Amino acid sequence: MNAVAVAPAREHLRRTWYAFSRNGGSVVGLGIVVAIVLLTTFAPWLTPFPRHARAFTDFEHAGLPPGRPYALGTDTIGRDIFTRVVFGYRFSLLLGVVVLTAAVPTGVLLGLLAGYYRGWPETVIMRITDIFLSIPPLALALAIMAVLQPNLQNAMLAVSAMWWPWYTRLVYGLVSSLRTEGYVQAAQIVGASPAHILLREILPNCLPAVLTKMTLDMAFVILIGSSLSFLGLGVQPPDPDLGTMVADGAKYMPDLWWISVFPGLAILVVVLGFSLLGDGLRDVFGVEV
Amino acid sequence: MTPEPLLQIRDLHASFVSYRGLARVLNGVNLTVGRGEKVGLVGETGCGKSLTMRAVLGLLQPPRARVRGEIWFAGRNLLALPSRELEQIRGREIAMIFQDPMAALNPVFTIGDQLLDVIARHPKGRPSATEAWERALAILREVALSDPERVMRAYPVQLSGGMRQRVLIAMALVNEPALVIADEPGTALDVTIQEQILLLMRSLVDAKGLSVLLITHNLGVVRALTDRVYVMYAGSIAETAPTADLFRTPKHPYTQGLLASVPKLSGEGVPRGIEGMIPDYLAPPPGCRFAPRCPFAQPRCQQPPPWVTVDTDHQVACVLYDAAPAPRLP
Amino acid sequence: MRYSTFLIQRVLLSVLVLLGLSILIFMIARVIPGDPARIALGPLASRSQIEALRAQMHLDEPLYVQYAYYLAGLLRGDFGESLYTHRAVAIDLRDLFPATLELVFYSGLLMVVIGVPLGIVAAVWRDRWVDHTVRLVSLAGVVTPAFVWAIVLMLVFAYALGVLPVAGRLSPGLVPPSAATGTVTLDALLAGNLRAYLDFLRHLILPSVSLSLAGVAQAARLTRASMVDVAGRPYIEAARAFGISESRIALKYMLKPSMIPTVTILGLDFAALLGNAFLVESVFAWPGIARYGVEVILRKDLNAIVAVVMIMGLFFVVINFCIDMLVGYLDPRIRLRQMEDAA
Repeated sequence: MNAVAVAPAREHLRRTWYAFSRNGGSVVGLGIVVAIVLLTTFAPWLTPFPRHARAFTDFEHAGLPPGRPYALGTDTIGRDIFTRVVFGYRFSLLLGVVVLTAAVPTGVLLGLLAGYYRGWPETVIMRITDIFLSIPPLALALAIMAVLQPNLQNAMLAVSAMWWPWYTRLVYGLVSSLRTEGYVQAAQIVGASPAHILLREILPNCLPAVLTKMTLDMAFVILIGSSLSFLGLGVQPPDPDLGTMVADGAKYMPDLWWISVFPGLAILVVVLGFSLLGDGLRDVFGVEV
Repeated sequence: MTPEPLLQIRDLHASFVSYRGLARVLNGVNLTVGRGEKVGLVGETGCGKSLTMRAVLGLLQPPRARVRGEIWFAGRNLLALPSRELEQIRGREIAMIFQDPMAALNPVFTIGDQLLDVIARHPKGRPSATEAWERALAILREVALSDPERVMRAYPVQLSGGMRQRVLIAMALVNEPALVIADEPGTALDVTIQEQILLLMRSLVDAKGLSVLLITHNLGVVRALTDRVYVMYAGSIAETAPTADLFRTPKHPYTQGLLASVPKLSGEGVPRGIEGMIPDYLAPPPGCRFAPRCPFAQPRCQQPPPWVTVDTDHQVACVLYDAAPAPRLP
Repeated sequence: MRYSTFLIQRVLLSVLVLLGLSILIFMIARVIPGDPARIALGPLASRSQIEALRAQMHLDEPLYVQYAYYLAGLLRGDFGESLYTHRAVAIDLRDLFPATLELVFYSGLLMVVIGVPLGIVAAVWRDRWVDHTVRLVSLAGVVTPAFVWAIVLMLVFAYALGVLPVAGRLSPGLVPPSAATGTVTLDALLAGNLRAYLDFLRHLILPSVSLSLAGVAQAARLTRASMVDVAGRPYIEAARAFGISESRIALKYMLKPSMIPTVTILGLDFAALLGNAFLVESVFAWPGIARYGVEVILRKDLNAIVAVVMIMGLFFVVINFCIDMLVGYLDPRIRLRQMEDAA
């Protein structure tokens, strides 16, 4: 206890790191995420054949197994799989970031309103949320893809449309319990505006849970996105996408197995990274999501 | 009149691993409960009372908890018993009445289901279904539950707190244990119901001639229910005496402070508290753990306090009474 | 009596959800893309042809009337005609959906009978090597998409080891004598054709394992987490203090309460199997609805899309209803509260 008083910041940091690293997986997750972010940011300099990222043909080196200089082999038109996997990560991360920046604020705002204003806003928002939640996610995405052109933007739109209700429900649950807290009631008594109470008093207390869920959801959004691409409803050729690459390679099984296996493993690695990181954050914040 | 000892705790230590290091909570607890004796263990929240009782039942599990010392019960050292044999003792020879009746019953099974599971473990063998049912109804009547058949079919949520506490007493007593450990029974309930529960416990315990170890922070309860008291502070015993003696002539500065902090019914005087708080178990003071809060502290308190016999059956762990060196208890 | 009130409430809620879904799909299918008649007839159709079809499809009437016709069609199981197969969508579904349902059913079964016991074992031997192994394996399961499992398992067991068939539902030449239900399990067993059933099981292993691995892993993780959480509750310590044996504590006192949160999420996972079946079917050429579903989406075959989405929604709702019933059975608090509310 004395330590807290003497060096609160350092003690806090130490405690946080202890909670985070107690589960060794979280550290691995952090490492994976940082590595992938760096790799994609500097992709043009870190990959051996940046030109292979898009349309490119080199039939002389088509269908080569893993070796030198193609660490993970080449595809049927001679493009380096490793290069394309790294650039594929760009689309995965882009999808995750865009979907979450669209879905999370929407969901959080609706959850705040529904949890704070009892009565009809609660009923309307939560019933609509329930209906969205009761639709199988992939079915909703498919229905939306049905009326739109299959491409990355529309895939992001479809996935966002099915993702916000989870945040509404999460925040709604948090607000429902927070609104009876002393400091919220105190703010109401002194006449603080609802906007102030919601944004300054309640929202900050929801952030740890929301942040943790966002990290875990990066994993699931990337998974769903790659599934849509795998079905041919997401990123379109010649742009590299991990799901599309797996689907392409599946046609040349088992002889050219590396074409689909390595992009598949790449999906596994990124999803694993975000899941482990999310689990670690959950331990640090001590939240249920 | 010293009854034959039934439970004897000797030099019990327990520590826990936490992120800041090892918390040494129990620091050499010595405590004896005689056959047919009603013993109180009092102390502030966090002093290690509940841990002591968990240790007796073998509920402190490694790797989080490290326990050493001896706990002798009816001729066996419980800390040295394999878990299977300990299982045989729990609920049969030593039973436990839990503090929070809201939390100690499994919410998804009926009372009957849970009570019958306990009855099935009767030391004289598993009774037949009808016999077990009869026994369940009988014990529920004994704890003064008016409609035992309905209680048997009820889920915990359907009963009031007081009824649940009675059910827990019934579960503890149904297999006729020799020792009952009661952890602050009724503190989760309101005062009038708590009083009913305590009166009920006293009459049942007296009628059956059970030994009791009552754990509480409530001195009034100790005074009303026990023959002898142990006062615990920060993981070790500060003082023990027959209940009446302790209230008449408290010796340890901590006991004195504890008694002074109880408001008098007559309204005379102002209750005094004890300055400070329980020490940090991660870095406990050397020697007497009460020294930092003690108005009589002196350099000698940096050493472990002596165990001094001040009167028949009245012992205290404090240097203030060490004038004539007294024989040390093991 | 009271339990039936609870039941009726749940049924009404399910109907409400289906209505909501139908409105959503109606909006997506009929309102957003513009003129369905023009889409159906293509860009070369004449004005009078389009007018005729508009009248036939009730598109000249107000939106709510259109919805009423559409809803009436759904209730009769009449989804209209598919532009892709030029057959009634209902018939397409009848031909394709049973195979998907069968795959999903077996995968769900694996999820429960393998995942839950794994979770129990990990929780009971917490922090021992069994636990670490289960946690590692289930982590791998959760983070790997079903289609990647499909490809890896196919590569190993069908191609490299050659112990299991690569694709399809039955070996060529083996046709169950009747097609009464469209599921091999029922058709083969009803006809007493054990050979066909065993052949089917051999074909089933890889698709159902690929499809269920994520669910098995999730079930194990949830069961473990929930058991560990329950293990710390006072009532478990109390049961231990009453001398209840460790095995009884694990399998009775811990298991039932810990299944309450687990079952809810497992239900969602079970329902999600239908979506993921799309991915696995396309790898193993399973004759289910996946290929059809993707084709109709790419061809903007709205009638068929509505049908596919509605049937997925129906499956989801039915599963959720069963889960609600199961949770009500497991948790007397929910059941009693619902009854009080209803009373």
